[in-house]
Amino acid sequence: MLNVYNILETIRMIQDECLDIRTITMGISLLDCIDTDIDKACEKVYAKIVKKAGNLVAVGQQIEKEYGIPIVNKRISVTPIAMLAAACPDGDVVKFAKALQRAADTCGVNFIGGYSALVHKGFSAGDMALIKSIPEALDVTTNICSSVNIGSTKSGINMDAVKIMGQIVKESAERTADRDCIGPAKLVVFCNAVEDNPFMAGAFHGPGEPDCEIHVGVSGPGVVRAALTKYPDASINELADIIKKTAFKITRMGQLVGARASELLGVPFGIVDLSLAPTPAIGDSVAHIIEEMGLEMCGTHGTTACLAMLNDAVKKGGVMASSTVGGLSGAFIPVSEDAGMIDAAVAGVLSLEKLEAMTAVCSVGLDMIVVPGDIAPETISAIIADEAAIGMVNSKTTAVRLIPAIGRKEGETLEFGGLLGSGPVMPIRDKSAAKFINRGGRIPAPMQSLKN
Amino acid sequence: MRAVVTVIGKDTVGILHKVSGICAEFNVNVIEVTQSVLQDMFAMIMLVDISAINSDFSELVDRMTALGNELGLSIHTMHEDIFNSMHSI
Repeated sequence: MLNVYNILETIRMIQDECLDIRTITMGISLLDCIDTDIDKACEKVYAKIVKKAGNLVAVGQQIEKEYGIPIVNKRISVTPIAMLAAACPDGDVVKFAKALQRAADTCGVNFIGGYSALVHKGFSAGDMALIKSIPEALDVTTNICSSVNIGSTKSGINMDAVKIMGQIVKESAERTADRDCIGPAKLVVFCNAVEDNPFMAGAFHGPGEPDCEIHVGVSGPGVVRAALTKYPDASINELADIIKKTAFKITRMGQLVGARASELLGVPFGIVDLSLAPTPAIGDSVAHIIEEMGLEMCGTHGTTACLAMLNDAVKKGGVMASSTVGGLSGAFIPVSEDAGMIDAAVAGVLSLEKLEAMTAVCSVGLDMIVVPGDIAPETISAIIADEAAIGMVNSKTTAVRLIPAIGRKEGETLEFGGLLGSGPVMPIRDKSAAKFINRGGRIPAPMQSLKN
Repeated sequence: MRAVVTVIGKDTVGILHKVSGICAEFNVNVIEVTQSVLQDMFAMIMLVDISAINSDFSELVDRMTALGNELGLSIHTMHEDIFNSMHSI
């Protein structure tokens, strides 16, 4: 017989502590849609996505009913579009974005990710055209996400790409200034991007993945915090143990939902992404977990250590719970999407520099950070370069998703609404990095021994 | 295949009757019931067999949820797999 305590615990987690499946994401390869005629290629892209994912939302809803667990988003990730754009050099690449948007509308999914290019060592055909089209593509579509990988531990950092991405982020914000600069909120610049990430905006379906598969991203910062609240006097290693046990339960649920979705859709199960993904909702904050550990406010001294422990414990618990772990796997710290982070940033306790340090020990990077609208493109590039350097040297994924708030200054706020939340404009250094960025070239790949 | 129906809320007359009535209507057999009333709060957990259900499981979920709304109770109907996978290795 099922244990009454366990049943009530599960229901409490879902009802009171915001436990949910953040996303089921279907990865679809578009390599068989390549065509020298861009219009034909777009038709094939649309047809393939609708064929594979036509049922995705309905199946997601069925699983929600079956298990009584909310699945917040249903998403699709596709082959980096630059690979398709390479075959049709004379076409207008934005047509692909429009085809993806059409497919998103037909399937009813929340996002399609993969308007992407992988340029960590250099640009191949199609890459530059795609990158230059990103501001327009994010302007004319609503549910398409874009990402560019500009560095990796094995190949170093492509500083030419870093320079361009600074300009692209700024231009993207300018083009969507009338919509709270939403453009760059859908654009991620990666170092060491992973091929099976179910989370937006950085999801794409890597060329090493199968034709079609299902990934699951779990959430649950509220559950972890609630578990810690019960042990106000526990030592840190006891806290780590509690987090592991909680992460195990959360991940088991992800595994169950992924396996069921894979069965119903007739598509192989890819990975469970072991993540603590916050939302702006009260009680769903990673910052609040850190504060529960004993910090007066997230961002103060001690934050990096708390986050390191949290991130590691989540992985240790999660790995035991799922046979196939992948994606980004770790705690996310998107400023605008986390009620506690927003408060800490408004209070001036959480700075860009502290966030940078935090990204050295947790999943991903400088995420959903609003910066002043008059920021120089070279400064954005320099922030990207700093963050990519952390990823490159530490053999981990790092990313930058900055939103220049056009026409706004420090102290003002951008409101995105929904899962993206709202973010205060954070201060940046006012000294230029232009000369460094304009040098171009490549930062060589780092040593992987003599690590100190 | 089994599912778990949990009912939590203020105690009133006939809760068990109404919930089990819906089960009978859907040809769902009640296997086990645990119930307690603490002060005014009613908590019931019912394990049911849904292998011979005469309709979609999702319809049963909807009916139970609707009954919950009608009585001002929180009624969850969930497949037992979620509890098994979360709480046992």
